[in-house]
Amino acid sequence: MTLPELLQALECDPALGAGATAGSVLALPLPATRLPHAAHVLARAPTRLAGIVCEQQDGRFALRYPFWLGAGLPWLELVTEVGAGETVPSISPRLFAADWHEREIEDLFGLTFSNHPFLGNFVLHDEIWPEQAYPMRHDFRAQDADAAPSPYQPRAMLHAEGAFLMPLGPVYGGVNEAGQFLLDTLGEDIQHCQTRLFYKYRGIEKRAEGMAAADALLLVERMNGTNAFAHALAAVQAMERAAACEVPPRAQVLRSFWAELERLRSHAATIAGLCKSTALAVPTSLAYQRVEELLRLCGAHAGHRYLFGLLSPGGLAQDLPDAAARTLATAAQAVAARLADLAEELLFDNSFIDRLEEVGLIDAKTARRYGLVGPVGRAAGHAGDLRIDQPYAAYAQCAPRPAAAEEGDNLARLRVFLAEAAESARLLPLLAAQLPAGTARGVFTPRAAAALGWSEAPAGASACFVRLRADGRIARLRLMPPAFTNWHAFHLAAEHFAYQDFPIILASFGLAMAEQDR
Amino acid sequence: MRLWALRGLRSRRDLTGFPRRIDLAPGMTPGRPLDGPAAAAAACPTGALQVEGSASRVALDRCVHCQRCRHGEHAMRWRADIAWSHGDGTPLPRAFHHSIHVRVLDAGDCGACLAELQQLPAPQYSLHRLGIFITPSPRDADVLLVVGPVTRAMRQPLLDTYAAMPAPKRVVAVGACAASGGVFGPSFACAGGVAEVLPVDRTVPGCPPPPLAVLEALLAVMGRSLPRDGEPAP
Repeated sequence: MTLPELLQALECDPALGAGATAGSVLALPLPATRLPHAAHVLARAPTRLAGIVCEQQDGRFALRYPFWLGAGLPWLELVTEVGAGETVPSISPRLFAADWHEREIEDLFGLTFSNHPFLGNFVLHDEIWPEQAYPMRHDFRAQDADAAPSPYQPRAMLHAEGAFLMPLGPVYGGVNEAGQFLLDTLGEDIQHCQTRLFYKYRGIEKRAEGMAAADALLLVERMNGTNAFAHALAAVQAMERAAACEVPPRAQVLRSFWAELERLRSHAATIAGLCKSTALAVPTSLAYQRVEELLRLCGAHAGHRYLFGLLSPGGLAQDLPDAAARTLATAAQAVAARLADLAEELLFDNSFIDRLEEVGLIDAKTARRYGLVGPVGRAAGHAGDLRIDQPYAAYAQCAPRPAAAEEGDNLARLRVFLAEAAESARLLPLLAAQLPAGTARGVFTPRAAAALGWSEAPAGASACFVRLRADGRIARLRLMPPAFTNWHAFHLAAEHFAYQDFPIILASFGLAMAEQDR
Repeated sequence: MRLWALRGLRSRRDLTGFPRRIDLAPGMTPGRPLDGPAAAAAACPTGALQVEGSASRVALDRCVHCQRCRHGEHAMRWRADIAWSHGDGTPLPRAFHHSIHVRVLDAGDCGACLAELQQLPAPQYSLHRLGIFITPSPRDADVLLVVGPVTRAMRQPLLDTYAAMPAPKRVVAVGACAASGGVFGPSFACAGGVAEVLPVDRTVPGCPPPPLAVLEALLAVMGRSLPRDGEPAP
């Protein structure tokens, strides 16, 4: 479908799209009543919903629905506005990927979505937050949260003789993130799984309001500390687009360089987690050994093992000399080669493969319905990579080769993680070789404006909306990370598999709860 | 069927010399700022640098390793070390000198502290050789190791976990968030540190603290004497 055809289907002027290319955002203002129809059209076109941005503007609420299209096409942003007390027509029945975004806005802003199948008890758990507290509203005060909460009981979905509900979490296992899975079972197989997250809700978006842009970046880095660079890159690019700020070419290439190094380390950690979940002690140790080697490379060259504090609005806070970049790329490639050796051995280990193959299935239809992103989506035949579709930093001149699989099981995900780790290792020396001369530090002159930024994080497409005030402080920061998209479908992979498969399926998704909870 | 044990024996060894000696391979720790000129404090986003006369004093509990005071005009001296932990709590009784069980609890961590804890069993650190084991059950745990600023929803699970542990027990707060709230601070959603909820015996600052800093704190809780920086092993 071409852009004019799509605009025509959306009942917009096809001429609007003239000159719009990849990397630009085409805003389509429309009345709220037309949202369901637009969602219906977009759900059937090759588009992806990145999230929903809600902004309070005095008494009214502005809603934006950014969609990304395929290679060469711009972003489309449906923009609408409702008054306080008005309901918003839900688009979830037409575009299921919007489900959790609408629930989140209902919880945090108190907007009601008509025709939504299930609202409430999402971000703000019923048993600890009062019903009438809406933290993202401007008039929210901390003491509003102290009113009495309502009682909560986990609901068993399965009613049969011998059926029981097993809550797993929020404190469980060894070194795990806090989140809960409510597992309905008759004994061996998990019949129904409810993912209950937001135990780690830290109110990042609220806390960022009024902060200087550079300080807000520190918060974004700590949304998911293990993928800090990628998410901060999405946010910093939004700030730079809002301020119409030029980033030096050297910083652009270095940003891709660090992002690929982070992807390599993050994927290595996911593979290590997968080994751990299958209780293979030696491969687990060997994989974590590789992770530690990569962490030390980052620590030695960036000053921080998780690349915190590296990005700054306008460029990078510190340069990486050409020679150091080449050394680092070679060293990272050597680690990636050792990881590939281990993978080779793992893929010939029957007892390991048996735990992975045809377990944790996500089919292509589900992947499309939930709009799954990143390795989880790509392993289920749902292609899409922001580095290729909407290139940023240095990816236009140094594009990655996409990894893909069709099976959608644990093994397919492992293969995609491995292929992407190898691809990152291939890109590192290429990027190091084409580092332009000049400075990596940019000049950032903020102005009152708003923009969308994006990056392909290790877990998938990450988008960020930033509105800056005239003094350069944050008026609104909206984080739309890939974990939020992918956790939505996780329960489907876990259902109808045995209990002992659960940790393996969980590890094969490689998702952070911190990223979801924000 | 692969002979993984054999594969393990053949793989390269790079175990740290810690705790016999302080080991600082490149990239093992981000380091920390030392006291410096007063002008450097202006760049600090969390108030970790406090001006005292003409100098900036470092309150390490609040430092989030943003590295702003490491570069630029008023750059401070940073030191690569790991012995960061502090606390007034007494070590566990002598019976725990050689072995403890640790329950790790995530109270809203960003993932970096947890990732560093996950590195502890890696061959470079191998915490089991020191008699330290991570246990899933609070009933078996001697030490509660908490990461994160303690979010509203994790407050009660944290208290419940602590109550389920048998005495004697110790609480270790790991990371800037657990120590002071870090970038999340006290807010409507976060308590702003473990000490707001539970008595803390030992604090390991850092954002995140490197694995050896955590190991050092655990050994201190076990009552084992450690080499401090630059000192020979006892």
